[in-house]
Amino acid sequence: MRKVAVVGVGTSKFGNRTDVSLPELAWESVKEALDDARLGTEDIEAFVVGNVGGWSSEMLPAVVVGEYCGLVPKSGVRVEAACATGSAAVRTAYHMIASGEADIVMAIGVEKMNESPTPTVVEFIGRAGNYFWEFENFGLTFPGYYALYATAYMHRYGATEEDLCKVAVKNHYYGSLNPKAQFQKAITVEECLNSRYVAWPLKLYDSSPITDGSSAVILASEEAAKKITDTPVWIKAIGYANGTANLSKRLDFIGLEAAQIAAQMAYKKAGIDPQEPVKYLDVAEVHDCFTIAEIMAYEDLGFAKRGEGYKLVREGQTYIGGLIPVNVDGGLKAKGHPIGATGVSMIAELTRQLRQQVEKSRQAPIRKGMALAHNIGGTGHYAFVTILSLS
Amino acid sequence: MSDNVVNSVSKTLDKLYGEPLKQLETLIGATGLPVYKDPKSGALLWVDVRELRLRFTLSVNKIAKFVDGLREGKLLYTVCKRCGAKYFPPQADCPRCKASDMEWRETSPVGELITWTVINVKPASFSHHADYVVGIVKMPDGFNITAWVEADPKTLKPGMKMRLLVDRRPGENYITYWFKPA
Repeated sequence: MRKVAVVGVGTSKFGNRTDVSLPELAWESVKEALDDARLGTEDIEAFVVGNVGGWSSEMLPAVVVGEYCGLVPKSGVRVEAACATGSAAVRTAYHMIASGEADIVMAIGVEKMNESPTPTVVEFIGRAGNYFWEFENFGLTFPGYYALYATAYMHRYGATEEDLCKVAVKNHYYGSLNPKAQFQKAITVEECLNSRYVAWPLKLYDSSPITDGSSAVILASEEAAKKITDTPVWIKAIGYANGTANLSKRLDFIGLEAAQIAAQMAYKKAGIDPQEPVKYLDVAEVHDCFTIAEIMAYEDLGFAKRGEGYKLVREGQTYIGGLIPVNVDGGLKAKGHPIGATGVSMIAELTRQLRQQVEKSRQAPIRKGMALAHNIGGTGHYAFVTILSLS
Repeated sequence: MSDNVVNSVSKTLDKLYGEPLKQLETLIGATGLPVYKDPKSGALLWVDVRELRLRFTLSVNKIAKFVDGLREGKLLYTVCKRCGAKYFPPQADCPRCKASDMEWRETSPVGELITWTVINVKPASFSHHADYVVGIVKMPDGFNITAWVEADPKTLKPGMKMRLLVDRRPGENYITYWFKPA
């Protein structure tokens, strides 16, 4: 297997993007990534589009994006892994290079959720489980699935709704410092606690929004990377696993087994001690589609012991200056969660973090040169853990 | 007389999507184009004139006994005759030993609540219901069951005994299953 580097990254403004079509939205990040790598479309041998769709009009997003972005005829394909679709796109591009099939490949994540009215989007995401046994008869929603975990976790470990709100407060704070985030306003614990329930015990402010956005990363082989940039960011490891479709088949509701397995895989490949991963990492992006998801991520990744994840956020340990800065771009919670783009945007953000190129107020100190992305599809239906490194 | 599921869903969807369709008709009549400016962003938007309706037909052919069970007020699961693996939702095939010879058994009447939520923001096709409680219940048979819980959510606790009911769902009139505190 060959070494693979990130050599160019781009991310569109996230939000309700009524001003652009799906391919126009993709182009914003494709162009930024090409400019970042100082490459033209002719240099890209292949591309992978991460898009979930359903709520948007294009049935074949990879061909539409390929045509608009001047990536025809090349090897282009679309991949899907629910909310971890972006990571699946990065992983596919990674393997094309690692295997020697191609030298320069682009992963593009794009989603236009606002082409459909909100109730339609709620309906679509609610179906993202085991359709007949969870949705058809019982009308579960995406917040509902995570709420089942929140209820069990809070009863078991004594975490409170206020603890969950502290995750939202942190991520909104960092979102307010990120010009590309959907939400640019800091919030208070009180505002969060006073927001209405969407799926008890989860409230509106515990939840990531419906978002349009795109992100693109250009990956290259070692030889190609060294010609393109002086600061390649290496993909050290990608761990990934899946979970049961039907939540009733899970062993417990206090963590995501798929994420735990993905983390172990990634740590082993990257040479990280799974007992003390924070000793190796400068910064992390974790999948905070709901506040409870970020707390479980701390534990599934080994940043905190089982049942103690909420204490990290209580003590402010995941702000810059703490044990490990997490989601300092606003996370899914405040930056927004354009399903297929989210995983790609995590890699784009961490690449910029490692290169020390983000806004000063939210730049994590880079001392060890390693960063981690944790991207979950559905409710632990898929999990990807990706380790990036400067060396 | 309780309403049926087809009427209930159709009525809510008409309410949700009917008004924008009338506006679209007016828009095309007045301007000749299905185009308007988004009041929030000022962006120019084209409203799709080709509506897509989705309603799937799912095969329950291989689990016909499960359907028969519902009709008789029973909730059935499958046990692999070769290796003894138990399946709920019932499976016609056993991936563990690759056999497809199943025994159908009735689930126990009472289980224990593991976790639950209240669906406050509902999908469009469920928005004719008041907020509903969905729980996961551990059954003594060796599996869990996800279903609605008919109870005041404030009274619920992990480990509470839950009785299984199989009956016509009020407001929708088709047979399904749910739990009630035992």
